[in-house]
Amino acid sequence: MVDVTPADAIPPAEVGEVELYHPHSWWTKYVFSQDAKVIAVQYSATATAIGLVALVLSWLMRLQLGFPGTFDFITPEAYYQFITMHGMIMVIYLLTALFLGGFGNYLIPLMVGARDMVFPYVNMLSYWVYLLAVLVLVSSFFAPGGPTGAGWTLYPPQAIMSGTPGGQDWGIILMLSSLILFIVGFTMGGLNYVVTVLQGRTRGMTLMRLPLTVWGIFTATVMALLAFPALFVACVMMLLDRVLGTSFFMPAIVEMGAQLQHNGGSPILFQHLFWFFGHPEVYIVALPAFGIVSDLISTHARKNIFGYRMMVWAILAIGALSFVVWAHHMYVSGMNPYFGFFFATTTLIIAVPTAIKVYNWVLTLWRGDIHLTLPMLFALAFIVTFVNGGLTGLFLGNVVVDVPLSDTMFVVAHFHMVMGVAPILVIFGAIYHWYPKVTGRMLDETLGKFHFWVTFVGAYLIFFPMHYLGLMGVPRRYAELTDMTIMTESARHLNSFISIMAFTVGFAQMVFLFNLIWSIRHGRGAGGNPWRATTLEWQTPQTPPAHGNFGKELPIVYRWAYDYSVPGAKEDFIPQNVPGDFAPSREPA
Amino acid sequence: MAVVLVLVLIVVGSVLFHFLSPWWWTPIASNWDYIDHTIIISFWITGIVFAAVVLFMAYCVFRFRHREGNRATYEPENKRLESWLMIVTAFGVTALLVPGLFVWSRFVTVPSDATEIEVVAQQWQWSFRLPGKDGKLGTSDTRDVTADNPLGVAPKDPNGQDDVLVEAADLHLPVGKPVKVLLRSIDVLHDFYIPEFRAKMDMIPGSVTYFWFTPIRTGTFQVLCAELCGQGHPLMHGVVVVDTEQDYLAWLGQQQTFAQLSAPPQSGSANQPPGKIIASSLGVAANSKLSRSAQ
Repeated sequence: MVDVTPADAIPPAEVGEVELYHPHSWWTKYVFSQDAKVIAVQYSATATAIGLVALVLSWLMRLQLGFPGTFDFITPEAYYQFITMHGMIMVIYLLTALFLGGFGNYLIPLMVGARDMVFPYVNMLSYWVYLLAVLVLVSSFFAPGGPTGAGWTLYPPQAIMSGTPGGQDWGIILMLSSLILFIVGFTMGGLNYVVTVLQGRTRGMTLMRLPLTVWGIFTATVMALLAFPALFVACVMMLLDRVLGTSFFMPAIVEMGAQLQHNGGSPILFQHLFWFFGHPEVYIVALPAFGIVSDLISTHARKNIFGYRMMVWAILAIGALSFVVWAHHMYVSGMNPYFGFFFATTTLIIAVPTAIKVYNWVLTLWRGDIHLTLPMLFALAFIVTFVNGGLTGLFLGNVVVDVPLSDTMFVVAHFHMVMGVAPILVIFGAIYHWYPKVTGRMLDETLGKFHFWVTFVGAYLIFFPMHYLGLMGVPRRYAELTDMTIMTESARHLNSFISIMAFTVGFAQMVFLFNLIWSIRHGRGAGGNPWRATTLEWQTPQTPPAHGNFGKELPIVYRWAYDYSVPGAKEDFIPQNVPGDFAPSREPA
Repeated sequence: MAVVLVLVLIVVGSVLFHFLSPWWWTPIASNWDYIDHTIIISFWITGIVFAAVVLFMAYCVFRFRHREGNRATYEPENKRLESWLMIVTAFGVTALLVPGLFVWSRFVTVPSDATEIEVVAQQWQWSFRLPGKDGKLGTSDTRDVTADNPLGVAPKDPNGQDDVLVEAADLHLPVGKPVKVLLRSIDVLHDFYIPEFRAKMDMIPGSVTYFWFTPIRTGTFQVLCAELCGQGHPLMHGVVVVDTEQDYLAWLGQQQTFAQLSAPPQSGSANQPPGKIIASSLGVAANSKLSRSAQ
């Protein structure tokens, strides 16, 4: 029970508002805009565009795996270029950019009750550097030798040697340069998100009143700011090895009978740097998804999120723990095997806060008033795929179980389920949820249902059986599975089935894109708060919100983000900026 | 309502698939059935959790779906329930971790009677080295690799002179004897993986890595490279033959030692021409052509 009257909870404004920069022309309003909402749309559109490239690449690799030998243009070189670019685009240029640059930019200022990001100009630069990174990445498709085919992990020495596509051509140089640019751009945006959450909240918006979406994006951004420097350093060092002939990661090597000039470097050092970034990266993608899905479930089940405080602590615990588990990607890398005891233990400990989050989502549904809207459907699908993918993580994290399974299709199935399918289902749910705020119109429901069913069921049919190929021992990153004694005829049929499902799911995304574009003009009008949600972005005076977000006065926050179905209240939701004590507010103190 | 049905179908379908589908691990050929047992424990625990969570969710959607006049319950927290769930989860995780770490400690503890053998990887083939009569492998260095000495065995080390070299050919092992496999690469990362043995380990240029196992049945097993090593990666196959003691000794008798191989060519040692490594450097183009025509 909280017995303070709401007015006591609201501190007076400490500093006056700073006037925003107002655009003077079409160019500064829509192109070189400093408005976080415009930047968010720019980020999202760019990420979606490059994501389409990754989707096509996945089709090409599934053509090869499902129907080997049918398509002559897919040489092993090309296949490795496809998998490398697909992986890197999906993880970095799509998921990271969309969650943080897209959703972060749109939602943070609106949800915390700020007029914009704290540093709008730097925020604008962040997008343009990101766009440059994407263009450099795309240019590698047109460079001599094509893009790098080193695998998205870019392990040296092979990444910069002639036996790997792009290793001695432009591919790897452009890839490393693009990553360096991406990190520069991200850092500018990331600092903005962190400072805005800490300094830009409106009066009354205490940390424990923040929607979990903001908690997820905030924690992920802090993690990214700590993790990306490790990748940055690794990229710079590998670039030096490749261009100037240094030996950070290059030991003495005989390549095709010739002694190379390198000496004394450590390939394992790169792996440690890469995964020191790479593991937190999994959660950089997952935590925003966790936060967003919490809000989708709560809103569409008309019920407060269950165990809010535990949810916040779980996010923070996962964020912290994810920095001490990186070597579980390296159990069979040849590092000292005694590391296995430590990293298996930390890895399995992380399952506890993660499981708590799952319980709390499901318990939020318990005794709720579940509206089976599109965002809710996608949230349910997320829970299924995330639980599935999370549980197979317990196989791979448990060091000795990882020995037979690592580097097989089991790993591919696991990480696609947990950090591919699951977060992307959240992205879809989130788009169906917030599109009305961004455009003022609803997305088409029928097309949305089609998109949902094909994507959810199709993706499950792609990745669930794939685990069993890995259990058989089928290695990942094999451009062809010819002459392999473990490969049975039925396993080849399974591969063809998986490919057909992959094309089907890909097709459903085209329907989704059509819906996105068509509904801008033809969608049903949404009004300001179509989901009857409590958080501040739904309380703006205009929809879509104007520059500055909240009209003359910033909103004052009187309650947490989850006052749904409060006993005694007339409506089944009370927005955060509505004062008054409606009977037993049991908001956590 | 369709969603409730689909959720239930996913659970039922996944369980049926697990038990009925033809895709399962290969019959084991090493002592690492401990690993298989740990995987089975993992399947049971995670399978039960998966079914429980998804079925409970399906029930909630069915029972608490929106109908006119419904209102959700207002219940921000339930400390008791949250604590209980945390304890049960911690218990389940421990039940996975403890057997896992127990088996891992076996995996990293090499028995003292294990024979050391060496696997040397290069793009894109496997070679092997067995200790000679002295039971010791000579030292090696990538810098010592030449056309005449493709594995880089130290030419001056007396321990290395009687080492048996198996260059780009099949390795034979006697059944029932524990083996410590020392892994070395002279160019990029590779990974020595035989699905039937369950074990695998990366090989790193500049380091020697290892794992151990005991072959428990005779047969011919395919070696796969499990770490992306360039465009020839999917064709980097090798063969390990597990023999009876007798067959093994017969095979061993036909192999040549380092000293024999590095002696100036005189008698009939034409089966190991010094130009071998140059031939394999042409293997890049040859391999990718081969791969196309193999289809």
